Amino acid sequence: MRDVRDALMVARNTDGKLVSRPLSPHLQVWRWPVAMATSISHRVTGVGLGIGTLLLTWWLVAAAISDNAFAWVQWFLATPIGMLALFCWTLSLMLHLCSGIRHLLWDAGLGFEPETYRRNSWLIFIVAGAGTVLIWIVGLAIWW
Amino acid sequence: MPDGNRAPHVDILRSQLGRARGLGASHEGTGTWWAHTLTSIALVPLTLWFICGMVRLVGASRQDVADWLANPLVLALMLCLLLMTFHHMRLGLSTVVEDYVHQPVLRMATLLTIRAATLFLGLACLVSVLRLGL
Repeated sequence: MRDVRDALMVARNTDGKLVSRPLSPHLQVWRWPVAMATSISHRVTGVGLGIGTLLLTWWLVAAAISDNAFAWVQWFLATPIGMLALFCWTLSLMLHLCSGIRHLLWDAGLGFEPETYRRNSWLIFIVAGAGTVLIWIVGLAIWW
Repeated sequence: MPDGNRAPHVDILRSQLGRARGLGASHEGTGTWWAHTLTSIALVPLTLWFICGMVRLVGASRQDVADWLANPLVLALMLCLLLMTFHHMRLGLSTVVEDYVHQPVLRMATLLTIRAATLFLGLACLVSVLRLGL
């Protein structure tokens, strides 16, 4: 045993033998409550937005360099992969934004009651999903 | 692993408090969290504005982008957005790395790469926007 923290992790079983206490099971064992899904999606979308920011950087830098460079970005963004990237970016942005607003409310001490917590978790997914669809409807309407 | 019937034996007798003392953030621990929170507050309206701006620029030509950024207010908002985004991104990505990358060399290398990349890419964006708008 290395230090006193490990002493908290052992106990005697019914035979009086010293054994390690079982550790709590990890992610794959639990069912998925919606609160857990929002928490995980906040992180995942946060990292995803990093990739989205790379896309924005490419777009802005290309626009500043030349017509040719800009034409390349615009071409890529209109391909199916580019469209998928833009869609994922929009969805990530909306999810991270809604979830981030809840983080700010938490910082203000609001919304910790289990019922509110669960309701807001669903609200985040619904608002972010609806927002993404709305943005794309308007965007595609402008494009055509 | 505990050994059979012997009483628990501890190698390190120093208390947890004694081990932790002097290794903490010493009164500056909330600085990162505060910066993360402030940038996120700024990013709520900026992001909504940015989405509206991008939707209007769907299929835009290079000239359209330059015309959009020629408005000083748009340019200033874009600069705010970029500064806040890259700062927020650096803090966020660093937190993720600090949580999941435990190997010391890899951890430091990743954290420094994030710092360098966000600084460089952030500056590249700022310069590009200024060049288009000014």
